[in-house]
Amino acid sequence: MSNLLTIRGLKIEGRSDETWNPIINGVDLNLKKGEVLGLIGESGAGKSTIGLAAMGYTRDGVRISDGTVEFDGIDLVRASAAVKRGLLGKRIAYVAQSAAASFNPAHKIIDQHTEAPVQHGVDNRASSIEDGIELYRKLRLPNPDEIGFRYPHQVSGGQLQRAMTAMAMSCRPDLIIFDEPTTALDVTTQIEVLASIREIVEEFDTAAIYITHDLAVVAQMADTIKVLLRGDEVEEADTRTMLSAPKEDYTKSLWAVRAFERPAKPAVSTGAVPVVSVRNVTAAYGTTDVLHDVSFDIHAGRTVAVVGESGSGKSTTARCITGLLPPRIGEIAFDGEVLPADYRKRSKDQLRQAQMIYQMADTALNPRKTIGQIIGRPVQFYGGLTGSARRARVDELLEQIELEPSQYFNRLPSELSGGQKQRVGIARALAAEPKFIICDEVTSALDQLVAEGILRLLGDLQDKLGLSYMFITHDLATVKAIADEVVVMKDGKVIEQGPKLDMFTPPHHAYTDLLLSSVPEMDPDWLTNLLQERGVDNIGDAAVDKM
Amino acid sequence: MSSLLTMAIILAAILGGAYVFRFAGQKITNNAPMFRDMGYGVAFGYVLAAALLIWAIWYYFQPLETDAGMKNAGVQFFRWAVQGFIIAAIAAFLFRLFGQFVGTAGTRKLFRSMPLTASFGILVILLYAIVAIFAGAIAPYGQAEILGAANVTAGGDPALGGNPEYPLGTDQIGRDILSRLIYGAQNTVGIAFVTTCLAFFIGGSLGFLAATLQGWLDQLLSRSVDVLMAIPSLIFALLLMTIASVWAVELGVPLTIFMVLIIAVIDSTRVYRLARAVGLNIVVMDYIEAAKLRGEGLGYLVFKEILPNAMAPLLAEFGLRFCFVFLTIAALSFLGVGIQPPLADWGTMVRDLAPFINFAAFAPTAAITPLLAAGAIALLTVAVNFVVDWMLHKSSGLKE
Repeated sequence: MSNLLTIRGLKIEGRSDETWNPIINGVDLNLKKGEVLGLIGESGAGKSTIGLAAMGYTRDGVRISDGTVEFDGIDLVRASAAVKRGLLGKRIAYVAQSAAASFNPAHKIIDQHTEAPVQHGVDNRASSIEDGIELYRKLRLPNPDEIGFRYPHQVSGGQLQRAMTAMAMSCRPDLIIFDEPTTALDVTTQIEVLASIREIVEEFDTAAIYITHDLAVVAQMADTIKVLLRGDEVEEADTRTMLSAPKEDYTKSLWAVRAFERPAKPAVSTGAVPVVSVRNVTAAYGTTDVLHDVSFDIHAGRTVAVVGESGSGKSTTARCITGLLPPRIGEIAFDGEVLPADYRKRSKDQLRQAQMIYQMADTALNPRKTIGQIIGRPVQFYGGLTGSARRARVDELLEQIELEPSQYFNRLPSELSGGQKQRVGIARALAAEPKFIICDEVTSALDQLVAEGILRLLGDLQDKLGLSYMFITHDLATVKAIADEVVVMKDGKVIEQGPKLDMFTPPHHAYTDLLLSSVPEMDPDWLTNLLQERGVDNIGDAAVDKM
Repeated sequence: MSSLLTMAIILAAILGGAYVFRFAGQKITNNAPMFRDMGYGVAFGYVLAAALLIWAIWYYFQPLETDAGMKNAGVQFFRWAVQGFIIAAIAAFLFRLFGQFVGTAGTRKLFRSMPLTASFGILVILLYAIVAIFAGAIAPYGQAEILGAANVTAGGDPALGGNPEYPLGTDQIGRDILSRLIYGAQNTVGIAFVTTCLAFFIGGSLGFLAATLQGWLDQLLSRSVDVLMAIPSLIFALLLMTIASVWAVELGVPLTIFMVLIIAVIDSTRVYRLARAVGLNIVVMDYIEAAKLRGEGLGYLVFKEILPNAMAPLLAEFGLRFCFVFLTIAALSFLGVGIQPPLADWGTMVRDLAPFINFAAFAPTAAITPLLAAGAIALLTVAVNFVVDWMLHKSSGLKE
């Protein structure tokens, strides 16, 4: 059978600093009808750029400099705007990462759904609406007859992503490009979206390019996987071969990330005073309680992972501990001593002892300050060091986070990579010489290899300095890697807590079980097996709602 | 009626021309993407621009005198404008070239990526600054010096009532206009600069304070600002200036001081709004939270953490606000309550010299006298806006 999409020697360049720099250096790609190709790689690998180029489109400041993109015999690189207009939306559709940002908030979902079929003359409005409702039903959206008549903000993230898939399907395209469609979703929501995308792509025999950085996800979706690194193809093979026997070292290193795990620590001696003790905390935003009677302890030199989905109250708990949100009931104790609820009433030393590392290193570091200033400020503020003593301490901290001091001292955050920025965030916390650090999703914005490096660094620092961590995360792989104890939260309540080993072995609380079973595994049959085991109506939000 | 008909014919010709242009382009270039994907509106734009260019060239070479022997002032002014434009462009180009080779590594890099408009703006601002600072040395006469002959026309041609000693003529009581223009730079621009700085100090610090502390202080300040902003600013300034002119006499304080204060307060409301909005976006950042949790004081938060990140929009606003303040001063002076005689001021000069415009039909050179001061105002406003546009573009990180 001939190819639906053939890309040959595709070269793409982006413009920065007045010159054209290569982004993609000659990539080939074949896609047959009904086939799903997974594109995988770290950020900057050029996954999305290739995805867009497959539609003959490039972002502003980017151009296709060489190669051909042939879709069903039409060269999209050289095709006129009119020809492309006839194809895009009709025969080639695109599903973006953030459905919330891609839907126009001013129009109802169904109106956006019918736009493409009506514009392309595929269908009239009335029957297109009917078809939309039919697709919503197929994608198992709740209330399919009515959900399309809502505005995008009235629908949850996972449902919106499915509505977007339905929209892409509205003209029954031959090719759909999925650009990280589940990356922004919680695990339990992700699984529903994955299941429905896979089903509908199979049903209509649509070819798809599935772009993601998550290996386990792509293993469920794709027939073949292509691994990319900085604009070059590393290797391509069918999914099973790729998972079981990757050829290249880079692919192997990607696969190995998931194997990282810190050794278990001996149990805490009874009667030891915990470093941080959260006691019966109930907290509210305005008059609505968002935390209900939360209690747990964090012992010296231990890592407590707080796990839960978005909205479960993980970050709110951190805000209570730091004193940004004084609890309505309950208290926070540090080394057995009760802390003032409001951070403004805490002493400088109390503030120093508990530090925080943030999820988004971009917003956590002042973009107008050099690395030396960012790390030097707490050194000066708490330690009173100035001049060369301060410089020496900052250099020492930079060495601890494995950045060369002479090279990085005068740089601005914008001149660092994401992982390096996160390291600077760690150094700033360390500069205060704290006992306890809250890590708020510190690795979720990073590529897997970089994230692993950060986790290893945090582990080494814990061994060296005897730090205690509260590790907020939604990623169970991270929990497995680094936690000593686990606290599972849902709707502002602690559902279950205990040592890591107990948490990962059954029996679980029903919610913990759902959470654990929803994490995609590297086995290509995982999703199929899970759906058989649990049933299509007993996964994701539907299952959560039943609890 | 016939002129309407001519217009319609021209429009139809351009509309048709656009179609022909696109079609011919497609045929000649063998369907190159530029012509193939060209919208009709774009083609229309090209043809319209070409038509305007042809008209401009034709008009430029029209005779300076009509058949009846009258001066054709329109052609004269148009020629001056075109010549001025070309000179400005060349000057801007040379200035940019100069900047690329002289100065620190940082400024040289800046000049390399600078558009011509921005280098023109910077050049004009620099020239104004030099003229304003060294006005005493540059001006041939004093600003209040009465030199005898009144109403000498510009151009220095005795046949037309000019005098080579006063190249731009003298005003209605015999003061040298060139000197007064130069001193006007000092007075008008200098006072506007001081006023804008004051407005930024008041509005900026209060705005950041409101953004950082929020709560009742924010409410109090914001509502007070709303009240001040609800009153049309020029009328409000005029009203306050009238009141102040009584106080100025009673207290023995120059009215100019009052003017600076009044305009600064009125304009600080706009700065407050901006500083608060920008500040609110910054205070939600994690690095502010980190600084708060470190136990940093209010001063450190505002001046070390927030201010550096708000510099780009504030600087851009400074440029625009400077223009507005400057125009307000000129307007107040034009209305007679601003900078008081005998201090030279561009706004007052436009008003005082306005009758000269009647000479346009006889001697275009003489008629430019009131336009010189107005032109000085316009040129600075344009120059500042060019620079502000460029800075905004740079700070927004947009690619061209």
